[in-house]
Amino acid sequence: MKWLTNFLVSSLGRKLIMSLTGLFLCLFLVVHMLGNLQLFVDSGETFNAYAYTMTHNPLIKLISYGNYFFILLHAIQGIAIYLYNKKARGSEKYAGKEKSKTAASTSSRNMAIFGSLIFFFIAVHMAQFWGKMHFTDMPVDALGHKDLYLIVSEAFQQEWVVIFYLLGLVALAFHLMHGFWSAFQSLGLSHKKYSPIIRAVGMAYAILIPLGFAAMPIYFYVLPMMK
Amino acid sequence: MAHDEINLTLNVWRQSALNRKGGYKQYKVRVNTHMSFLEMLDVLNEQLISSKDADGPVAFEHDCREGICGACSLVINGRPHGPMQGTTTCQLHMRHFKEGEVIYIEPYRAKAFPVMKDLVVDRSSFDRIIQSGGYISVNTGGTPDGNAIPVEKDQSETAMDAAACIGCGACVAACPNAAAMLFTSAKVSHLALLPQGQVESQTRVKRMVAQMDKEGFGLCSNVGACEAECPKEISIDNIARMNRNYFGAILSSND
Amino acid sequence: MKKFDANIPEGPLAEKWTRYRGTMPLVAPNNKRNIEVIVVGTGLAGASAAATLGELGYKVKAFCFHDSPRRAHSIAAQGGINAAKNYQNDGDSVYRLFYDTVKGGDYRSREANVHRLAEVSTDIIDQCAAQGVPFAREYGGTLANRSFGGVQVSRTFYARGQTGQQLLIGAYSALSRQISLGTVEMYNRHEMLDLVVADGKARGIIARNLISGKLERFAAHSVVLATGGYGNVYYLSTNAMASNVTASWTAHKRGAYFANPCYCQIHPTCIPVSGDYQSKLTLMSESLRNDGRVWVPKSMDDVKAIRTGAKKPKDLAEEDRDYYLERIYPAFGNLVPRDVASRAAKNVCDEDRGVGATGLAVYLDFAAAIVRYGKSSALSEGIANPSMEEIKKLGRAVVESKYGNLFEMYEKITGENPYYTPMRIYPAVHYTMGGLWVDYNLETSVPGLFAAGECNFSDHGANRLGASALMQGLADGYFVLPYTIGTFLSKEIRTPKISTDLPEFAAAEKNVGDRIKQLLSINGTRSVESFHRELGVKIMWEHCGMARNAEGLTKALGEIKKLRKKFWEEVYVPHTDKNGEEFNPELEKALRVADFMEMGELMIRDALNRNESCGGHFREESVEQDGEQKGEAKRNDKDYMYVAAWEFTGVDSEPILNKEDLTFNDIELKTRSYK
Repeated sequence: MKWLTNFLVSSLGRKLIMSLTGLFLCLFLVVHMLGNLQLFVDSGETFNAYAYTMTHNPLIKLISYGNYFFILLHAIQGIAIYLYNKKARGSEKYAGKEKSKTAASTSSRNMAIFGSLIFFFIAVHMAQFWGKMHFTDMPVDALGHKDLYLIVSEAFQQEWVVIFYLLGLVALAFHLMHGFWSAFQSLGLSHKKYSPIIRAVGMAYAILIPLGFAAMPIYFYVLPMMK
Repeated sequence: MAHDEINLTLNVWRQSALNRKGGYKQYKVRVNTHMSFLEMLDVLNEQLISSKDADGPVAFEHDCREGICGACSLVINGRPHGPMQGTTTCQLHMRHFKEGEVIYIEPYRAKAFPVMKDLVVDRSSFDRIIQSGGYISVNTGGTPDGNAIPVEKDQSETAMDAAACIGCGACVAACPNAAAMLFTSAKVSHLALLPQGQVESQTRVKRMVAQMDKEGFGLCSNVGACEAECPKEISIDNIARMNRNYFGAILSSND
Repeated sequence: MKKFDANIPEGPLAEKWTRYRGTMPLVAPNNKRNIEVIVVGTGLAGASAAATLGELGYKVKAFCFHDSPRRAHSIAAQGGINAAKNYQNDGDSVYRLFYDTVKGGDYRSREANVHRLAEVSTDIIDQCAAQGVPFAREYGGTLANRSFGGVQVSRTFYARGQTGQQLLIGAYSALSRQISLGTVEMYNRHEMLDLVVADGKARGIIARNLISGKLERFAAHSVVLATGGYGNVYYLSTNAMASNVTASWTAHKRGAYFANPCYCQIHPTCIPVSGDYQSKLTLMSESLRNDGRVWVPKSMDDVKAIRTGAKKPKDLAEEDRDYYLERIYPAFGNLVPRDVASRAAKNVCDEDRGVGATGLAVYLDFAAAIVRYGKSSALSEGIANPSMEEIKKLGRAVVESKYGNLFEMYEKITGENPYYTPMRIYPAVHYTMGGLWVDYNLETSVPGLFAAGECNFSDHGANRLGASALMQGLADGYFVLPYTIGTFLSKEIRTPKISTDLPEFAAAEKNVGDRIKQLLSINGTRSVESFHRELGVKIMWEHCGMARNAEGLTKALGEIKKLRKKFWEEVYVPHTDKNGEEFNPELEKALRVADFMEMGELMIRDALNRNESCGGHFREESVEQDGEQKGEAKRNDKDYMYVAAWEFTGVDSEPILNKEDLTFNDIELKTRSYK
């Protein structure tokens, strides 16, 4: 078993953890977004029923605990790597300020910053909805499900919440612009023919997923004005 | 050639020895635009010698001045080997600089490359990475005929692309994480791509990665600055290849 | 001191080496473990020797003054490495490689050594391929070859334009492996400054730790020097900045004879000097002469117009150009050997027909090749009636595929694009055929001191053929020295570990320490660089360069003595520690230049003594007076068919000339003609 622990603390082992957890979270984002699109279906019945299933199905519950674990692992490992790298770089910074021209420079050079912002965002986001859903008494809808729809629509009528969510999604977009492709590179999945495709898919993913999420706060913010 | 001579202001890192406090000193030079960057430093050093400057001439590493030995280093205005792509400092010429320009000249910065004096850093960590496995274990003599093992042309060319590494360390200097993955992976790739090197490729990649970690280099986050600054334009595809070989070796080898 | 004997084994030429190897005394493995060998230098010869000796079981200490063994200047070799593999089925053989090398060296090399070199050449390729050297390959996966100057077969193996780099990395990786196995102890950033001779045998070295500046003693049963050539005597050369003669020179001072110091190779295709600030010269591979045409303008008016920039070279009409190599040497044209091409360039520049701002350059023009290749490309791509522009575009692509990296390097350095305007080139010092005298075992005249690679004199005679330097370095290091060193070490198995407390070590250390203190105490006004430049450019290049004569050489002898005196009175070596115990690159340079000052004198003496023209050594007094060869170099086999092995007697006293007569039993002596 020594080989396994040695591997997991090696540079490439740690990168593998970042890559695999990252890819899992990418998958989660897709599911999460598609599920949440049910907000647009009717005035809450479908969405609330979905939320009920998500919190009561034992299999889904198990996956969601895995998900929380991966978020934490990804974040903690990420911060640890950031600190380790900072030490490896040394305290003296370059006084010359030119930077080399690379693809996705802003996002790749600031993964830790965007990641931290996202982590903070997730904490607030979960306190706001997940926490309420699990730990507080909530109004119920016509079908007797907890009315998460109501909580969501009310929350997104506040300007600061919308701005906070949009900023969080911008951070997510930047994080994904590098992160998606980077996960494949870390796994060693690189090929002259296929890498450009992965990069393009990654870029599309990094834009479409946050856009899909952004549609929700905007929708609920704009909805009352339309009426 | 309007400006055959230009005036420059140089901010040069001066440090008397290992672990001493260093700092930037400013110097003015007037140089010919046909000079190489190192010849410009020669001019500066002649000035410092003739004025018997207290700090003495600037120490910097250089040797072949043809872009192949890998001795020259320097971070010029924040970029290892300066602004020109695919060019070592010794092949960078002053015609790429403007009259009156202010230039920062600094040593590579990485914990695994301690500054020995002025612009000279200790890159022996690279040697130790190679010693850990960057070779094919054959003794002299008794090898098969050169044509006994055919090597596919494309494969051989890709190996050559990786083997072109000059071990200058620009990849580490450019990397925001001070990672040495481009260097290590170039050697791993060069040997793994050749049938002769395939035989011990699993042991090799494991040992080289372990040594790289031991030296205190950072972890790659796929920024790609190494590839952009590499004077031999070595691709980060090599890093992916190393990762792949490493995972394969960990999973399938017996130890 | 041992007998001055080349120790050439008996028997027919082709069997000497095999027979000798089979009867040579060996050292048993259990004894090897107790025998120490010092190897100085980690270029092709040094790294391969250290690695192989380590594999054999000796305890090896290897030294280099760089931060890593991989930086040695072998790395800069571009073109390739010769080997008599006959993979091309074009009639190559060991004998043909031997013959070409002896002839190319103008019959001034030792037959038996050259034949051995040709024999082991084939093993080198096998060894390097097994090490993972990415040689160029054909589509079928077999090794590719190209041709080089002076020969009629295709026997040069290559790895793009970086053959030296790839071979050195191969040797460096073999060395690294031995370091990791503990058989070789590596000392980076250590420069050898003296040889320790005890009881008449080489027993160690004094090296300066370049970081701490402290002198350190290292003892061994035997010492191998693989420290390269001395081309930097000329200040400007294609050698690396730090390449120096110090190790060989201190060995010479301790009793090793220096052979044929005047034999320097001047390479015809280098990027010319552009100003006084120039620190070194860059080679453009010989392979360019396959397609480039060398010319200067015919009329002085055009020369002047070009120099001032009033006319562009590409606008000059064909009939106004003098393709002088094609004119003088119609049989070989632009592909005459290096020495001939260099002298021809010098001659047209002496006529003041040189181009460029300094007037010291000739054109190497690819316009004709571009059109030729373009036409054939258009044909094969089925383009009917292509325009001239289309043809040139296609042609440039072909030229790029052949020489792209060289063209790019030229453009980086000069800022001119050689696809559109001819390159400017001029000869420059490139390689030194002379070096420490060694016998067949590569042992110098100091018992136990061996010399391998460029730092010995043995294989190239008076001129080296292209792609042969890499071959010799690796032959010596992998396949010759590791065996022949046994002839000495087999007698040393009862010698216990050598102690560094011997009085000879103390004396040598003091000798070096005193020299350093003296240099640092001068505190004069002139930089080391300025002395080096004066030595190289004003004395050596001027009087002991491409063409030499008695008058100039005699004058140079006086000047070099004066300059040396001035150096020891006026040089300023910046320092903070008066014993030099600090990291001080200026001091390193000063010590090297101090030795160049002494070495230069020996070169001049040798050139003065050798009143004949052979290979790279051209005496203006010795030229053909009439006939077809009129004006060409004239060899004098009657009086000078010997190796001049100089014995040191003191810095300011005349050296003793020992002669090793050369005999050629297997080859007929001919005049080299390329007309």
